[in-house]
Amino acid sequence: MNWSFWMPLLVIGTSLVTGILIFLLREEQFALRTTLNLAGAGTKLLLVAVIVWMRFHGHELEARLPFVPGLELTFRVDFLSLLFIALSSVLWLLTTVYAIGYLERSPHRSRFFGFFSLCVMATMGIALAGNLLTFFVFYETLTVVTYPLVVHRGSREALAAGRTYLLYTLGGGVLLLLGVAWLHLLAGTGDFTPEGVVAHLVETHRLQLVIVFALLVAGLGVKAALVPLHGWLPEAMIAPAPVSALLHAVAVVKAGAFGIVRVVYDVYGIEVASTLGVLTPLAAVASVTIVYGSLRALRQDDLKKRLAYSTVSQLSYIALGIALVSPLAATGGLVHLMHQGIMKITLFLCAGLLAETLGVRAVSELGGVARRMPVTMAAFTLAAFGMIGIPPVAGFFSKWYLGLGAVESGSLWVLAVLATSSLLNAAYFLPIVGSAWFGRPRPEWSSRPAGRTLEADWMLLLPAAVTALLALGAGLFAGLPFGPLGLARQAVLGIYTP
Amino acid sequence: MTGAAPWAVAVPLAGAAAAFLLGRPRAARAAGLVSGSATLALSAAVARQVWMEGPVRLSLAGWDAPLGIELHADGLSAAMLLVTSLLGLAIAVYATGYFPHPAGGAAGARGADAASAPRAVAARRAASEADAASGPERRVDDEADAAPAHEERTDDEANATPRGGAGGPRATAGFWPLLLFAWASLNALFLSADVFNLYVALELMTLAAVALVALAEGPVALGAAIRYLLAAFLGSLVYLLGVAILYGAFHTLAFEGLAESVLPGVPAWSALALITTGLALKTALFPLHFWLPRAHASAPAPVSALLSSLVVTASFYLILRFWMYVFPAVVTPAAAHVAGALGAAAILWGSVQAIRQQHLKLMIAYSTVAQVGYLVLILPLTVAAVAGSAMAWSGGLYHAVSHAFAKAAMFMAAGSVIHSVGSDRIVGLSGIATYLPVSTYAFGIAGLTLIGLPPTGGFVGKWLLLSGAIESGQWWLAIVILVGGVLTAGYVFLVLGQELSQSQDDVTPEFRPVPRAMEYAAMALALASLLLGLRATELLELLSTGSPFAAGGGP
Repeated sequence: MNWSFWMPLLVIGTSLVTGILIFLLREEQFALRTTLNLAGAGTKLLLVAVIVWMRFHGHELEARLPFVPGLELTFRVDFLSLLFIALSSVLWLLTTVYAIGYLERSPHRSRFFGFFSLCVMATMGIALAGNLLTFFVFYETLTVVTYPLVVHRGSREALAAGRTYLLYTLGGGVLLLLGVAWLHLLAGTGDFTPEGVVAHLVETHRLQLVIVFALLVAGLGVKAALVPLHGWLPEAMIAPAPVSALLHAVAVVKAGAFGIVRVVYDVYGIEVASTLGVLTPLAAVASVTIVYGSLRALRQDDLKKRLAYSTVSQLSYIALGIALVSPLAATGGLVHLMHQGIMKITLFLCAGLLAETLGVRAVSELGGVARRMPVTMAAFTLAAFGMIGIPPVAGFFSKWYLGLGAVESGSLWVLAVLATSSLLNAAYFLPIVGSAWFGRPRPEWSSRPAGRTLEADWMLLLPAAVTALLALGAGLFAGLPFGPLGLARQAVLGIYTP
Repeated sequence: MTGAAPWAVAVPLAGAAAAFLLGRPRAARAAGLVSGSATLALSAAVARQVWMEGPVRLSLAGWDAPLGIELHADGLSAAMLLVTSLLGLAIAVYATGYFPHPAGGAAGARGADAASAPRAVAARRAASEADAASGPERRVDDEADAAPAHEERTDDEANATPRGGAGGPRATAGFWPLLLFAWASLNALFLSADVFNLYVALELMTLAAVALVALAEGPVALGAAIRYLLAAFLGSLVYLLGVAILYGAFHTLAFEGLAESVLPGVPAWSALALITTGLALKTALFPLHFWLPRAHASAPAPVSALLSSLVVTASFYLILRFWMYVFPAVVTPAAAHVAGALGAAAILWGSVQAIRQQHLKLMIAYSTVAQVGYLVLILPLTVAAVAGSAMAWSGGLYHAVSHAFAKAAMFMAAGSVIHSVGSDRIVGLSGIATYLPVSTYAFGIAGLTLIGLPPTGGFVGKWLLLSGAIESGQWWLAIVILVGGVLTAGYVFLVLGQELSQSQDDVTPEFRPVPRAMEYAAMALALASLLLGLRATELLELLSTGSPFAAGGGP
């Protein structure tokens, strides 16, 4: 058996098979479904660990499947893929535990967990795609399989949010498809490579390349929630908490951000992209998004909406890091791909815990909630500090490297953007933290319901605590080679010194 | 193995005769399933032969053209033959659940689910599907809702003596011979290489199709069938006129002879125009689609599946044959642009109409009007293109195949849902996703193919068509292709959203069980349309065997 061929396909296949099997279960087969879910997520984590090991020991992992004459579906593992699959597989296991605790008593569980697994499958495909066509195939698949999760509640509001979601994402998909097809005709659909596939066309087809770049980034920008294409994200908050957590931390938004990374680094190549002059506009859009998202977040009273606008803002750090032509900024952007995921999933899991346990959904109702749910709020606080960039939580390192990169590339205005954004982050997170710990709790929160030793269901509490510790650990042990920062550094080495 | 092709026509024909002569529904069903399976095996044999040896040509009874009947199978014919047989068999399986047995039939033969279905189901279904067809005319919605309830009651009273309905014994008895007859004429059509034989096959197919539509009794279905008959008859006349001109001017009717002798000039141009118009009427190409929505929506579900997937495609297949194989020296870019404009209009207008429909089957029927437009785009993208024509050619054909699978799956899934809900109003579908997940997912997967989202066969077709459009610089067609996809998503997700939603009031809707054969036949076709998107190389290669663009797909 040829492991370097099968490993990428196996990673994708485990989720696909899990999803299909879950669809075949009856609603009441709780134990079997839970076993399948956990076995699927666990196997995937194991496979990913093996892949990381293989990649660090110099194995090339690659699978090619014929698609149409002259085009292949290609799966490859490089360090960028590693970043994304490591993030997804770890967070997926935790979110699955959380989702089982959160949803197992509500209707349509087979449907939910089936699409949940297909969602991982699509994300893995996006991470491992070795060319733009393969990426597009899984990118669109992701749109389709998340729709049933967004409308899961089946209410009028959920359906409306689903319509908005589809309108944006399918619209983006059309732009992306046009860009991909056009690029394919200009340059062929070669494998992702740091030299890019279009270098020979810069002299002759400059304008077309710029237009295609705009189409690709606009198409990807919908999922990456670049302003003004971010409108779907706050609305999609209607989905159940585990879905929001996954949409915001791993699956949908990251697919967009990751796509932009691929287009800039591996389709155009950093040199060609900067020669074409397309990176400065991208940096500008990202900066506007960072500030605008934070400003909107300030004004939201609904906790999940505030977090959603915070996602809009934080996500563009990734695009910003890429758009600055600097290895240090690239490190900051790529490491934020993981850091933002870990921190944001913690925040959403905590928001879900609050809503599920106490029915608290608004920022203004949070006063003193930490007395009743100290572990939850400790996790929340840790993640919020990370978002603001307070050392030693992970988020500090993202901002630190971005700042160094801004100096390195001579774009000092970016420092102002970072500073403003951090101030705004503090302005919308610290009041939550402050009132939760020091506010006056509601009288009914003074005592825990009888017979419970924990503040909430352990299946909900444990994942939130673990992700918070991961966020802290990623910062404390930033020097380790297998940590997010180590992986990001490896990836950047591949990009800037090909 | 040389003899497989004629048997692919003869076997379903014999099956039709057997089903007709045996008369009893159970015997007819057995004849249908047996001869259908045999036809599938024969079609596979033909496809295999073409795959291994290239195009096959053979004369029946030793008489060569121009006197005898000559059969000809290239990659395109073989692929269409195979698709027809796969779809035909799936439709047959579906029909075993759709047309229940008359009272007194062996209970053991029923599916477990069908056994618990009340007798009223058949009449209810007939009423609701007739209701579908009357959608645009009926102004008073209350009346439309009241009709099924009334029908149901009378049928319950008449329980002892079941009357005709969509599922009555008369329909059951009529369905099997007609299905096999239509199947045989489709196979004959795909294998003919002679303009007059084609006419005969086309006429037989049309007659069978009209009779199948008329199986759904009631004034609405009958009206739709008569309208369909008149439109198709008119189309045949126009086509025949064109054939007469051809024969008068060039003294042969065999494809090859014509291709060699046809010269640009008034006779050839007028023949091309007449033949194309006649066939466009049968294909329901915008603006000649007026007969299609009502005919396809009021027919019984398995018939709708057959008509929308195969019958329409077969007429279009003939247009392609004429343009690419008989008249390549005659067609002009201007004519191709006209066809392209009509195709684009069909895509946009049909999709918008589909979005506006309140009734499920009408929506799907308008979707067919739109999807025909995609097929027609092959003409401008090949005839009037300097580059990318090979891609557009395979893309269009791939789309035709994917669409056939998906559209049949969609009509079948819709038939199951309507059977279960008892009405085909889209607003009434809330909660059906929980009760009929298989049908809902089948509908969804088929919808993805129609939208052209990966990983489905529709995406492969769309990708190649789009590449062809960009390559040949016909940007406006590229935009129409993309916009059409978004509009398709509009009507597909309108239905899916409704199916996934909870009903607003607390009343739990009552659903009827659906025979498993119906649910899984639809799912099988939907999955086939999905698999087409995972690996396209083999089918594309088969399609390009003996084609005018034999080089294949990619640039």
